Amino acid sequence: MNDWVDHCDLLIVGAGPAGLSAAQAAAEAGVAAVVLDDNPRPGGQVWRHGPGFAPPRPARPLLSTLARPPLRYLPGTRIVDAPEPGVLLVEDEQRGWLLRYRQLILCCGARELLLPFPGWTLPGVTGVGALQALVKGGMPLRGERVVVAGSGPLLLASAATARQAGATVVGMFEQAPLSQVRRFALNLWRWPGKAAQAAALARRGYRPGAWVVEALGTDALQAVRVQTNGRVRTLVCDRLACAFGLVANTELASMLGCQLSAGTVAVGAGQRTSVEGVYAAGECTGVGGNELARVEGRIAGLTATGRHAEAAALAGRHRRWQAFARQLQASFELNPAIAQLARPDTLLCRCEDVSVAEVAGHTGWAQAKLHTRCGMGACQGRVCGTAARALFGWGPGNPRAPLVPARVATLGVYGTGGTGDD
Amino acid sequence: MIIYLDQHAVEVPGGITVAAALAYAGSSASRRSCTGQHRAPFCGMGVCQECRMQIDGQRRLACQTLCRPGMQVERSG
Ligand SMILES: Cc1cc2nc3c(=O)[nH]c(=O)nc-3n(C[C@H](O)[C@H](O)[C@H](O)COP(=O)(O)OP(=O)(O)OC[C@H]3O[C@@H](n4cnc5c(N)ncnc54)[C@H](O)[C@@H]3O)c2cc1C
Ligand code: FES
Repeated sequence: MNDWVDHCDLLIVGAGPAGLSAAQAAAEAGVAAVVLDDNPRPGGQVWRHGPGFAPPRPARPLLSTLARPPLRYLPGTRIVDAPEPGVLLVEDEQRGWLLRYRQLILCCGARELLLPFPGWTLPGVTGVGALQALVKGGMPLRGERVVVAGSGPLLLASAATARQAGATVVGMFEQAPLSQVRRFALNLWRWPGKAAQAAALARRGYRPGAWVVEALGTDALQAVRVQTNGRVRTLVCDRLACAFGLVANTELASMLGCQLSAGTVAVGAGQRTSVEGVYAAGECTGVGGNELARVEGRIAGLTATGRHAEAAALAGRHRRWQAFARQLQASFELNPAIAQLARPDTLLCRCEDVSVAEVAGHTGWAQAKLHTRCGMGACQGRVCGTAARALFGWGPGNPRAPLVPARVATLGVYGTGGTGDD
Repeated sequence: MIIYLDQHAVEVPGGITVAAALAYAGSSASRRSCTGQHRAPFCGMGVCQECRMQIDGQRRLACQTLCRPGMQVERSG
């Protein structure tokens, strides 16, 4: 390769459970795959690790495949553009270059659904998995009072991590009603390894049918107002972790022309997308936990390396975890009251400081962007566009290059470094 | 190790992210918004861009950057 262009037979985007499982399948077949991830450490969301937080045992063999040649692992690398079929423009801390691939497996995972409420921009307020991620990255939490709120089983995982870091969890508020949470807990025995989660749901201090209506503070968070059973009370705290479940990361797939379905990357047999040679696996194809992500990643890796019979043999396991995913979706459905929490002056777009009132008058996302700059900032609408979908029912816009903010020198590579041919 | 936050030396444990290091400097704020509000790392995973800072002269995400000895970090905006 020259400095501008690199080649690989199989490119895997994402080093979470799905991407690592795909990589393992590729390694078994001796295929020279490249695994690329924008985080400095591998593991994706659930296997995120750092000082004081070792990767969990089931993750270790998969993490170690990254060190096995002919596999190559590119940490801290982001995808900026897909300038032509089979070519991605990427950059790391040092440089930008073109990466050519024959086949591509998208394992981009999911992000949190972050919805606006008064005070949500205050320092001290984060997402739920976000708090967990920051703590695993080394953020000290000892002695702090933490409120965890929003929706989904991630509330429990995040509260556990906060406690492990020495924080006091002063409240856990789940917007879904008790009846739904109980049904979910009662069904967990059908999936091995999930029973502990059911027990945690019964933990004291976990309140279903409750949500944070406002975060209070001037320059940083000081307290939250929480609604339970129609009554609102104030709770003093240092941190609020609040998010309403997960949404699939579909931007790259969409830029490559892959069909989406219900906000996720649409896949058929063998995890094939609608684009030839492009596969997708894990939570970018639908949220369902790390077990489902692992099966799908393996199926994609096996299919991409021509081992169709082995892939087909995983169908039963795949179906079982898909059923778990459906159960998850149904249990933590969003209460319409959550979409009403923002006041007219609450910011919707955190990058350009555009309020809900400024956006609400428009007929759709494209028009709102044009007139208010909402979604035109650094996050490219990943937060506010996703929130607008939940608040106003607007469809997502088409992602445009650059997919993420990039250095000018990187953007120049496609022109100066030549085309994909070298 | 020592990193420099807005030119002040801050002692932080090894292996942590720049987003995590902010707390060791007393304020978790990473930037000011275009209307002057203080903002801090929010999504923790490279999505929201609230943690964008000048790190060794380049605009980078504090939540996806590991501290290195002598690193120069500046709050932006
Ligand atoms: C913040 C958060 C915390 C979570 N914590 C838990 C938990 O504690 N327990 C649990 O059971 N489940 C947790 N989950 C659910 C979890 O997402 C799944 O169980 C599992 O991690 C999904 O695996 P995956 O491989 O599909 O995706 P992920 O684990 O999300 O991995 C995707 C990886 O790809 C990278 N990536 C995505 N797009 C690009 C791109 N364009 N360029 C470069 N890299 C890219 C991401 O940074 C990430 O590292 C969490 C989810 C989130 C969002
Ligand atoms: S905290 Fe959101 S991008 Fe870093």
